[in-house]
Amino acid sequence: MAEQKDMVLEMENLNVKFVLEEETVEAVNGISLHMRTGETLGLVGETGAGKTTTALSILKLIDSPPGVLECDRMEVCGQDVLKMTTSELEHIRGSLVSMIFQDPMTSLNPVFTVGQQIAESLERHENLNKNDAWKKAEDMLELVGIPRERAIEYPHQFSGGMKQRVIIAIALACSPRLLIADEPTTALDVTIQAQILHLMKELKEKRNTSVIMITHDLGIVAETCDRVAVMYAGRIIETGNLDEVFNHTKHPYTEGLFNSLPNIKKRKHKLQPIHGLMPDPTNLPKGCAFAPRCNYATEACKERRPELMGFGGTHQAACLAYEQAGFHIERGKTNG
Amino acid sequence: MEQTTERKARGQVAEIWHQFSRNKGAMVGSFIVLVIAFIAIFADVLLDYDTQVVGQNVAERLQWPSAAHWFGTDELGRDIFFRILYGTRFSCSVGLVAVSIGLVIGVTLGAIAGFFGGALEEVIMRSTDILSAVPNMLMAIVIVSVLGQSIWNLMLAVGITSVPQFVRITRAAVLTVRNQEYVEASKAIGLTNGKIIFKHILPNCLSPIIVQATLRVASAIISASSLSFLGLGVPAPAPEWGSLLSGGRKYIRDYSYMTLFPGLAIMITVLALNMMGDGLRDSLDPKLKK
Amino acid sequence: MADTILEVRNLKKYFKTARGTLHAVDDVSFTIERGKTLGIVGESGCGKSTTGRAILRLLEPTDGKVFFNGTDITSLSNSKMRQMRREMQIIFQDPFSSLDPRKTVSQTIAEPIIENRLLKDKKAIEARVHELMDTVGLAQRLVNSYPHELDGGRRQRIGIARALAMEPKFIVCDEPVSALDVSIQAQILNLLQELKEKMGLTFIFITHDLSVVNHFADEIAVMYLGQLIEKAPTEELFDHPVHPYTRALLSAIPIPEVGIERPERILLKGEISSPIDPPEECRFAKRCIYTCETCRKSCPKLLEASPGHFVSCHLWKDFM
Repeated sequence: MAEQKDMVLEMENLNVKFVLEEETVEAVNGISLHMRTGETLGLVGETGAGKTTTALSILKLIDSPPGVLECDRMEVCGQDVLKMTTSELEHIRGSLVSMIFQDPMTSLNPVFTVGQQIAESLERHENLNKNDAWKKAEDMLELVGIPRERAIEYPHQFSGGMKQRVIIAIALACSPRLLIADEPTTALDVTIQAQILHLMKELKEKRNTSVIMITHDLGIVAETCDRVAVMYAGRIIETGNLDEVFNHTKHPYTEGLFNSLPNIKKRKHKLQPIHGLMPDPTNLPKGCAFAPRCNYATEACKERRPELMGFGGTHQAACLAYEQAGFHIERGKTNG
Repeated sequence: MEQTTERKARGQVAEIWHQFSRNKGAMVGSFIVLVIAFIAIFADVLLDYDTQVVGQNVAERLQWPSAAHWFGTDELGRDIFFRILYGTRFSCSVGLVAVSIGLVIGVTLGAIAGFFGGALEEVIMRSTDILSAVPNMLMAIVIVSVLGQSIWNLMLAVGITSVPQFVRITRAAVLTVRNQEYVEASKAIGLTNGKIIFKHILPNCLSPIIVQATLRVASAIISASSLSFLGLGVPAPAPEWGSLLSGGRKYIRDYSYMTLFPGLAIMITVLALNMMGDGLRDSLDPKLKK
Repeated sequence: MADTILEVRNLKKYFKTARGTLHAVDDVSFTIERGKTLGIVGESGCGKSTTGRAILRLLEPTDGKVFFNGTDITSLSNSKMRQMRREMQIIFQDPFSSLDPRKTVSQTIAEPIIENRLLKDKKAIEARVHELMDTVGLAQRLVNSYPHELDGGRRQRIGIARALAMEPKFIVCDEPVSALDVSIQAQILNLLQELKEKMGLTFIFITHDLSVVNHFADEIAVMYLGQLIEKAPTEELFDHPVHPYTRALLSAIPIPEVGIERPERILLKGEISSPIDPPEECRFAKRCIYTCETCRKSCPKLLEASPGHFVSCHLWKDFM
């Protein structure tokens, strides 16, 4: 059906725990994600929020033990991932769903040429013979802005930015429906980052790929994404399209993130950091995980865990304070 | 109430002990080492040297193990069990002193080579290479032959052959630590090079050095026993295990127990030290945690 | 007359490599007034960290001079330099590797005081450590904690306390918040701002993140491949950048706002060229869209384009 074809990812109620010898790390606690074709979702959060774990779960790349993955429903392009065997998963990894990892320096195998690494994916998933795969690999290099003659070179002969382009070429070689990019530009200089983001945008538009962009940088989200999901302590605490989340922010943590950001357009504005620290994932507080650091916390917030509630359109946020009529946060006020 | 992102961490030593105690082999090895050390310390008190260790009793010579003589007697009627017990003193002292010599010289040279680099490093490392090119036994034999046969010269000989390993390991560890920013920070607050090496660099290189030291004690014991076996170790009638092995050679066909027990003693001691050393290495290596 | 606390003159730092001479810092000159903050920005390989370390002689300069309070520190003996270090300190980037993992918080903070014999009495030293911990916002109960027990933000505070221990006049901050989470970054930046205001310290703030430095610096110097290519007061640099690289750098920064008009992004072509034996031409020529003959023939000099605003570009007049 048209509906099903359109949905690239349907994930409902993902929970991931890591059971260690003395404690259990609750990394992901009830995440649901739905992606359509051609959409770009920004998955935002700081270290330890559970973003990478969520991404790895889609491809079932979590080591288990010690990881324990539970999910009500996880379908990629209509196929049930939860029931898949390892060989079935290997089939979709790289062809239906691709992932770009954070550090370009260590993501490439130093003993193979870049051409070989791109061709490997093609041979595996598209059943091409060596020659055809190599030609297509060279095509991919050109697509990402690297001269095709360089296909015979080794990773160490490329700079950080170029390595990341090669990684994008590998990830997109088999035209995946969904691309998961885990902080793809964090390790790069800002001018190179601009080049890479521009490239990713072009390619995504040409091929209508859905992208989950994992980042802690709200600036990148503003420039490359259609929708945003903000994570804290393994939960999504606010989600919506860009206008909803940026201009009508609802959750206090999201507000705190915006206030901590140095913004070159608003230079006079003093930074307002969020006081305190991220909660210990082995010992999450009873109620709302953000309550200890929240300026608006009430007694109820410390007791009950908030669920996502709607604020019109696609905008949802998980905050109990809104149960009181007329409650709003500072940022919401000034930004309309 | 503030929560931290770090779980409540144990102190470093407690953490190391926790990892170590879960390694069964290491615990068994350590226990045996402790027993041997205990025997070595108290052997002099528990045994009467003149009658039990070196006292000859020709009437009781060459007896197989029995209730009266647990490990039997040798060709001069001496109780082998008591001699082996007393022999722990030699093994332990040679092991400890020899390794201490190797450690002090080796770590100092290795730290200098690793920290200063350049020509100094070249000189030290090439000298070390030359020293290690000579087979250990040969080196030890030469030293003892030249200086004479005594327990001190034995310790010196074995100690010198331990130096190269310590130099290499220390230098490697120092090279890693030297690039850490806290070393730069020490320079920035005005510490002299010597202070930087002793206060900041060496304490952070301890893990590989400790592991090496433990394992070297084992090989020192073997070296000492080998030298004694060749007659270049502790002079008779001292019951060094190697000498006991050597003494039993002539009788190996009919009285095999005379070589069996000293050999077992060496083997068990070395094995225990190795297991303890491996356990230490595993528990000191943060990457192997879990 | 301006009260100059630091003057850097023709500073050079070259490294010999197997492939040639690496020009990490190439003829950099600037001055800083007492109580001001100079931000040095640039991307990887521009030489900003090397400059910071060369100024403190943590790396020995290949050439050039550094004057601190009028004294030429580049020609001081080792022991005199050690004394001078009390006035010139550094805060490092990596809160994990900049602390000795075997020393407690108080041992790390007390070390500069003890080693330089600034206080002899144990009680006095303890009191000073407590005072410093208070100043940087570290809870007293952490006094015997080890670095691995604490998070990045707290570790960085320890580094700051250590730098303040000897009451320096001048501090080099080498990317002090780059390794921290966004919400912690803001905490540390605010702390540094407080210290600057309370203690009248002079800072060099090295970073690759222009948006961070604009809150903190009075003047900004932009470096590219070892050279200083633009220097101006903060407001002026952001409002009227002249050098093509500076303009590209500013336009590359993603803005966390939705629904605003975004200026046309200037995309640079290619990658940074090699700092090894660079040829005699403008170092930015290969990537610049305005490159002309002159740019390929010689290296431009740093000129004053407008009062207080220095640029190193042959075509600067066209960009004013």
